Amino acid sequence: MSVRRQKLYSKEICACSIFGAMSRAGERFTGERVIRAMASMHHRGNGLGGGFAAYGIYPEFREYYAFHLMFTGDARAQREAKRAAEEFLLRNFDVVHDEEIPHSDDVHVRDPPLLWRYFLSPSKHGEDIDLPDDEYVVRKVIHVNSAIDNAYIFSSGKNMGCFKGVGYPEEIGRYFMLDRLYRGYLWTAHGRFPTNSQAWWGGAHPFGLLDTTVVHNGEISSYGTNRWYLEMLGYKCTLHTDTEVLAYAVDLLMRRQDLPMEIVAKILAPPTWETIDRMDVRKRELLTALRRIYAPLLMNGPFAVIVAQSGRMIGLTDRIRLRPLTVATRGDMFYISSEEASVRLISPSLDSVWSPRGGEPVVCEIDGMFEGRLEHEIAGAA
Amino acid sequence: MRSLVLPEFTISRSEECDRCRACEHQCPFGAHTYDVSKDKMISDSYRCAGCQRCAVFCPKGAIEIRPAPSFYRPNASWSRERIEDIKRQAESGGVLLTGCGSDKPFRIYWDHMLLNASQVTNPSIDPLREPMELRTFLGSKPDRLSLRSDTDTATDPFLMVETPVLFSAMSYGAISYNAFQALAIAASRSGTFFNTGEGGMPSEMKSQFKKHAIVQVASGRFGIDAEYLNCAAAVEIKIGQGAKPGIGGHLPGEKVSQHVAATRMIPEGTDAISPAPHHDIYSIEDLEMLISAIKEVTNYEKPVIVKVAAVHNISAIASGIVRAGADILAIDGVRGGTGAAPKVIRDNVGIPIELAISSVDRRLRDEGIRERCSIIAGGGIRCSADVVKAIALGADAVYIGTAALIAMGCTLCQRCHTGRCSWGICTQDPGLMRRLNVDDASRRLVNLLSAWSHEIKEMLGGMGINAIESLRGNRDQLRGIGLHEWELDVLGIKGAGE
Ligand code: SF4
Ligand code: SF4
Repeated sequence: MSVRRQKLYSKEICACSIFGAMSRAGERFTGERVIRAMASMHHRGNGLGGGFAAYGIYPEFREYYAFHLMFTGDARAQREAKRAAEEFLLRNFDVVHDEEIPHSDDVHVRDPPLLWRYFLSPSKHGEDIDLPDDEYVVRKVIHVNSAIDNAYIFSSGKNMGCFKGVGYPEEIGRYFMLDRLYRGYLWTAHGRFPTNSQAWWGGAHPFGLLDTTVVHNGEISSYGTNRWYLEMLGYKCTLHTDTEVLAYAVDLLMRRQDLPMEIVAKILAPPTWETIDRMDVRKRELLTALRRIYAPLLMNGPFAVIVAQSGRMIGLTDRIRLRPLTVATRGDMFYISSEEASVRLISPSLDSVWSPRGGEPVVCEIDGMFEGRLEHEIAGAA
Repeated sequence: MRSLVLPEFTISRSEECDRCRACEHQCPFGAHTYDVSKDKMISDSYRCAGCQRCAVFCPKGAIEIRPAPSFYRPNASWSRERIEDIKRQAESGGVLLTGCGSDKPFRIYWDHMLLNASQVTNPSIDPLREPMELRTFLGSKPDRLSLRSDTDTATDPFLMVETPVLFSAMSYGAISYNAFQALAIAASRSGTFFNTGEGGMPSEMKSQFKKHAIVQVASGRFGIDAEYLNCAAAVEIKIGQGAKPGIGGHLPGEKVSQHVAATRMIPEGTDAISPAPHHDIYSIEDLEMLISAIKEVTNYEKPVIVKVAAVHNISAIASGIVRAGADILAIDGVRGGTGAAPKVIRDNVGIPIELAISSVDRRLRDEGIRERCSIIAGGGIRCSADVVKAIALGADAVYIGTAALIAMGCTLCQRCHTGRCSWGICTQDPGLMRRLNVDDASRRLVNLLSAWSHEIKEMLGGMGINAIESLRGNRDQLRGIGLHEWELDVLGIKGAGE
């Protein structure tokens, strides 16, 4: 195949389990219960990928971007990748601390890469000097991931981190000792069932940029369309998974364009025209404009996702709800899961349990929780 | 001079013929006559255009028109067409004219691309049970929505179509009043648009159809004034046409009836000549000025389309057009139809639309300006699968011309330039024109669009996609078959099984 065509879409296809737990009061807890919940959905994965995102885990370094890197290949390739990546990081950041990411050798996982974390702050020069920090970091992350062989930054937010690899999620959780070493107020997790067997640690979820992470169950049939749009705007889709495009779409809309999640949800999973045409003028005009402008970001095909950011967790399904998503609350705790059973396992009694409607985001924030805040946004915009 | 060209068709008449003379009446080329003395129908196959009108209308079904079995000695280099063209030119001394799009066997890429469907990992969607959306918007789109001023989002003018198929430019003059009206009615009933071509818009149609009309500004500038530009949903500047890139137009005086003349704002019976270029556009900045002038006259309320023929460096041209401020780019491929064109141009100039869509879409994406304009692709769209493939290659919507004419009755006899269309489509002869019933023709067009829309929904549903916009540029859904590497590269698709 010609080189040009090799670069064409080769999307991975997978089905999955997703789970999220958050304390609205900001209480921090270990990953122990999250791992148990994921273990109960063992059959939804096939051991080829598991991962977690945890928020609030690095309070001592909360001012600094926490980069998690993996260096893959044989020992020599790993060393070379680490050397190249570090050279790049030192040139562009002040690194205040770095260490190997702790892991347990008792847990058997397949071909673990070298995993390292860096706490750093931007050190801008030249034409980058005027860039906002976040934009600067995003550009550097994209550079490392697309230009440095065998080095991959899989977590880049502040006071949060992703942990992922090849294995069942409960194995990955124990490998990184998430039940012992970390306490976070928000956890999301993912168990993967890829239909190809290429076992690459970087291919596991969550995917993220800065502090936005996405875990995703589904296949996005609009991948080709979403991808060219995002690539046109400077993102590089190097991982060939549809989750990556979701993560970039959220970054584009929420960080770069400063749109609220309720609007973003209407872009990713808009109501049907039939519904829109029946709305009152204001709403109809807004939604029509959204669909007109952002049509290439409509995520078509079955999906359920949990998007997490500092202080907030969002659940969303595709507009005709082809993948399961259950939401539950208990006291200050807020859960989103592929299956109700996994929530019941760790919290047998619940205050409320429901399945959100297709395309309606469920948003939980540290200071409260609400559903479908679109009305509110329109009022705000007026 | 006696013609030395063999007849192209044979007319055979069976015993069933009861000499009703219907064929004589139907044939606009005078191929059938009645011999009173012998009480017999006589056929002159030399005159037959193969339009099949008489065969369809013979009440006894007694007539059969077939390709003539006569032949010149077969010769790989000197095909029948080459031989006959030479004979005709030796007889006339002129440029050979023809109608319709090129009939040459250039590779039809549509037939070398296969679509995808969902299996297991992704459910297909049943369009009869689930919403399946074909609505799309054509025009320039901003990079982002500014929430604080969401009431002003209507600043960029756009066209909204309920199905991604529009009728391409066919002027009143080239086609009959009835055909023109049928297109207008069908467009308004189907939530799409028709295009006036360069023949102006008959004044009595202006108010009724302005919401569904695209008016054209071509090099002849016929029928153009501020009122004309404003009685439309969009204005199209025609630079070129797939059937005759680089060539102007010529509507012979015989077709310029009183009404055509009034609509075009020219004297009755004079030839309407469109120059090859616009004489106020000799470069891209001139185009920019014309676009601005049109926007100014239409109060920035209408998107401006620029239509060009697909030629070799189409992607660079497209980029220039977008940068000059066009909201929509219409590209017409080498197989695009025409009412009249020099045969040598029609059959030798331009490139296939499939390759043009792909390379233009890629170029605009590479330059980051793809959303500053929409792409309407035309010239060779024959069925709903072609529409789906065009969109997957990067078009926003398609133009159909020939397909619409066929729906109204056209049999692609390629005699449009004679003005004697037996189906009442491409003629200004009042008798012939009357053959096309506006109601019936518009119903056929509406049916065609509805049939295609249903088929497009089926194909989308199969791919697990429920909005046409999620197909745009989604080349992932296409695979090539029987194509060379370079062709796959230009199309930006993988081969089947890759
Ligand atoms: S030109 Fe048409 S109507 Fe006349 S004989 Fe031939 S097929 Fe029949
Ligand atoms: S429009 Fe009429 S003249 Fe032209 S090809 Fe069709 S049937 Fe023949």
